[in-house]
Amino acid sequence: MIRETNRHFSFDWITIIIFMLLVGFGWLNIISSSHVGETLDYFDFSQPYGKQLMFIGLTIGLIIIILAIEAKFYERFASVIYIISMLSLVGLFIFGKNVNGATSWYGIGGMTIQPSEFAKAATALAVAKYVSDLQTDIRKFQDQIKTFIIILIPAFLILLQNDAGSTIVYGAFFFVLYREGLPQIYLTLAVSVVFISILSLKFGPVITSILAALIVFTQYFLNKKKPIIVQPIIITIIAIAMSIGVQFFYSNVLQAHQKDRISLWLRLEKDPTKIAEMRRDILYNLYESEKAISSGGIKGRGFMEGTRTTGKFVPEQHTDYIFSTVGEEWGFIGSAFVIIFFILLMLRVLHLAELQKSQFSRMYGYAVASIMFLHFMINIGMVMGLIPTIGIPLPFFSYGGSGLWGFTILLFIFIKLDSNRINEW
Amino acid sequence: MRQFLLFFTIITVGIIFISRLFYLQVYSSPANNLYDDNAIRKVYDYPKRGFVYDRNGTLLVSNQSSYDVMVIPREVKALDTLEFCNLLKIDKEKFKKTYNKAYHYSPRLPSVFVSHLSKEDYAVLQEKMRKYEGFYIQKRSLRHYEASIGANVLGDIGEVNNAIINKNPYYKMGDLIGKQGVELSYEDELRGKKGIKFIQKNRFNKNIGPYKEGKFDTLPEPGKDIKITIDAQLQAYGEQLMLHKHGGIIAIEPSTGEILAMISAPTYDPNSLVGRKRSQNFTKLYNDSISKPTYDRSLLAQYPPGSPFKVLNALIGLQEGVVTTEDKFTCNHGYSYGNRKMGCHGHVSPLAMNVGIYESCNAYFANVYRRIIEKYDTPYEGMNVWNKHVTSFGLGDYLGYDLKIGSPGRIPSGDFYDKWYGKNRWRTTFTLSNAIGQGEIEATPIQLANMVAAIANRGYFYTPHIIKTIEGQEIDAHYTTPRHTTIDKENFEPVVQGMYDVYNKGTAVSLQVKGLEICGKTGTAENFTKIDGVKTQLTDHSIFVAFAPKDNPKIAIAVFVENGYWGSRFAGRIATLMIEKYINGTISRTDLEKWILSHSLEHEYEKPYSGEPFKINRGTTLELVEPTVINHDHLLPAKS
Repeated sequence: MIRETNRHFSFDWITIIIFMLLVGFGWLNIISSSHVGETLDYFDFSQPYGKQLMFIGLTIGLIIIILAIEAKFYERFASVIYIISMLSLVGLFIFGKNVNGATSWYGIGGMTIQPSEFAKAATALAVAKYVSDLQTDIRKFQDQIKTFIIILIPAFLILLQNDAGSTIVYGAFFFVLYREGLPQIYLTLAVSVVFISILSLKFGPVITSILAALIVFTQYFLNKKKPIIVQPIIITIIAIAMSIGVQFFYSNVLQAHQKDRISLWLRLEKDPTKIAEMRRDILYNLYESEKAISSGGIKGRGFMEGTRTTGKFVPEQHTDYIFSTVGEEWGFIGSAFVIIFFILLMLRVLHLAELQKSQFSRMYGYAVASIMFLHFMINIGMVMGLIPTIGIPLPFFSYGGSGLWGFTILLFIFIKLDSNRINEW
Repeated sequence: MRQFLLFFTIITVGIIFISRLFYLQVYSSPANNLYDDNAIRKVYDYPKRGFVYDRNGTLLVSNQSSYDVMVIPREVKALDTLEFCNLLKIDKEKFKKTYNKAYHYSPRLPSVFVSHLSKEDYAVLQEKMRKYEGFYIQKRSLRHYEASIGANVLGDIGEVNNAIINKNPYYKMGDLIGKQGVELSYEDELRGKKGIKFIQKNRFNKNIGPYKEGKFDTLPEPGKDIKITIDAQLQAYGEQLMLHKHGGIIAIEPSTGEILAMISAPTYDPNSLVGRKRSQNFTKLYNDSISKPTYDRSLLAQYPPGSPFKVLNALIGLQEGVVTTEDKFTCNHGYSYGNRKMGCHGHVSPLAMNVGIYESCNAYFANVYRRIIEKYDTPYEGMNVWNKHVTSFGLGDYLGYDLKIGSPGRIPSGDFYDKWYGKNRWRTTFTLSNAIGQGEIEATPIQLANMVAAIANRGYFYTPHIIKTIEGQEIDAHYTTPRHTTIDKENFEPVVQGMYDVYNKGTAVSLQVKGLEICGKTGTAENFTKIDGVKTQLTDHSIFVAFAPKDNPKIAIAVFVENGYWGSRFAGRIATLMIEKYINGTISRTDLEKWILSHSLEHEYEKPYSGEPFKINRGTTLELVEPTVINHDHLLPAKS
């Protein structure tokens, strides 16, 4: 293989710089939210900020390794990487360590590793590899099923480990497959599921069914071609079944705390004292996090100046709720910048993905953007009280080695693939 | 189009997030202020409240410690209620009630559980306190009044109410503030400035250390000690003389305007409004609608001044040039005008100013008054000139002294009668009672004392005041700038001579003190009350005003004794005793002192409330009581 002499400069430095800014700024906020007492030793490895500094240091080695490996390696060994990753998830059932109710960690020495953070990159490689295969046609139902299986295996394994939040992230692959030609019906279906779920929970299955039937039949009668009448009837039946199913799922499958979160989000509970009670008990984190963000005002209180952060008012602030620290200490200006930088990063990756010549690279890039997006949307949406509580980390920001490394690997494999696009033909 | 789905979704979510951020941080962000931040605990450090000394340096008000049992309901664990109640000397019912009240107020914040423990109870409780989680003892500082005098002067402190908290952010719930008297007037100086510590809390409401290493913390500034103009000995003596009587006394040092004594009778022990019994005692005092001990008669009560007012008419007559000291008027056992007559008692006639004053002749002053008013074309004009002269003595309006309560008194003007009778529908004779200090005129004891001070100074006075020094600091120039009356200096001498003769050979001849030249004027003022809607006359008020000595006066005094009948009977005796006490330091007329101490007017005050017909003035008898002798020797200034 021919190598360019200025190969290193063909990396997309915009992406790398945004990545470095996010990681660096994230670390500052970890210091604020995990620092206790009056002295501050950045290299105190017993403290989260010290550990995170170590993780960041190790990230550099990881990046060098990822970029040093041949780009072709990732495509060629995608299936092997996927299988190893799946085995690591299965292994959790035997060797896993239970933390906060989820069996998602391996304990190695004093460290813990969360394989699900790495499984995202592995799945992205596998999906890209399978769909980009000349034999595969995503428009075909059979291949759709096979692709879904690749995605659902890790999603299911993670769900079994009681980590529902990380499972949802696998929904990101919808964007990837849709881009590659997944039939329109799936989008319609996905949107319908979301709407029917919300309507059914909020207004009950009867109103939802009537509404669904109305929409379906209006469309049918407006349609000049008039397909057979059975079609709208079947669609309506499916909608009705779905709305009843959602009700059933909500009442019988979901756990109490999940129900409460949804109930609060959709304002299903009417009794104000009960709501107040739920808010206090279940949404305590959210209440405190919103309050911390609010108290930041426009300019914020300044680094290490946030009284709610210093007082550790927001539980889990250095992990899932890290954005509330940004809110309190850096204010509207700082928080808006963080959001803008995330968007720039995702759009940049998306843009690069579209530039890829190989379908594999493009799909992988799409997967990177989509996965980051889901994390971004769910995490910040949750911290600001826009969506129900779902515990997943904010990429590059939240404290945790596995998370940081998982996202670094995910992103840098794409940077490597991208740097190689001139060599591909 | 397919490649834009994710693109647009990302942009949309971005816009939603930034809008939400805007809503949270810009639109609905709370004002960031350390005081409102509930992540920061504010701990106040209260300074020592300033002491109050009398003019001679005798300590009048100091501080004492008191202990409150506090409760934080959320932290209370199961406890032996019975034992705890026994320690606190409360019953179980009260325990429950207080606990529920505290819980209702706030489960997280401390509330007072039992206030003002005695030192003994505190000592016992302190050892066992750690057994009762959620309860703790808080030390508070209370006022301590060294002597049981001057309740109306010194005032008291109490917890701030919401109106004050809203108006002045310095005060927080539970802070103490001066409520009355000197405590109220000099609140800012006495209280000092409380210090504050900002402490970072965590979400379990635990302190985790000083906020910013205490960068914003402040130290308390101690309150300033103040010296007031009151002479504690004189105040105590006056209060003692006023036992069993109702009325007000003000004594002023004419050369400075300093208030030497300010007595309102009946009074109460200021210590009764301190501590645990405060609210109970306050209610009792407040609801005593017959003797009204919380009503400061020396500043608030408006009485018709009666004869002492005559000297003012003499001064105005001289100043207006309508009368000379030699002009004589006839008194025919009174003064007839139209078909009416203003009565008078028997004395020489015709008579000039000097006799007019010392015999307190009504006819003489009716003539002078008419000449003053009728000098001008219309009685309206004359009335206004007269009003201008009278008000220049500080009558008819708030005096401007440094205590927060007062009454304006009433000095009628032309407009006043225009309103009363209609424009130009009245004549001088309609207002003739003004000649002898009755009718529409009303004055408070402090106004009258001030009027006497102005006469003693021959034409000017200083705004009366209670503050002498604030830790060596100069007092406001407002109190050290003389206010001149409209009467020329030379016009005072004949009037002063007249007042001296009152004492020397007139209506107060029985009150002489060997070696003291007192200038005074007796007064007997008719007064009325309403009993079941019927206007009923009561026994006259006994009034006496005086200053002494005649030259270089040291004290000017006004004494009102409600329903004491004629001027020298009660008021004159009390006034001269106080003058003697203040100037000589000892009392030579012990019989007279004993007479005052052993005569009560309580029965007189009960008459209107008895529901039975009663006699007044001549028909009354005096009631004897066992003289109460209170030893106030400890108020003597410490010999240095």
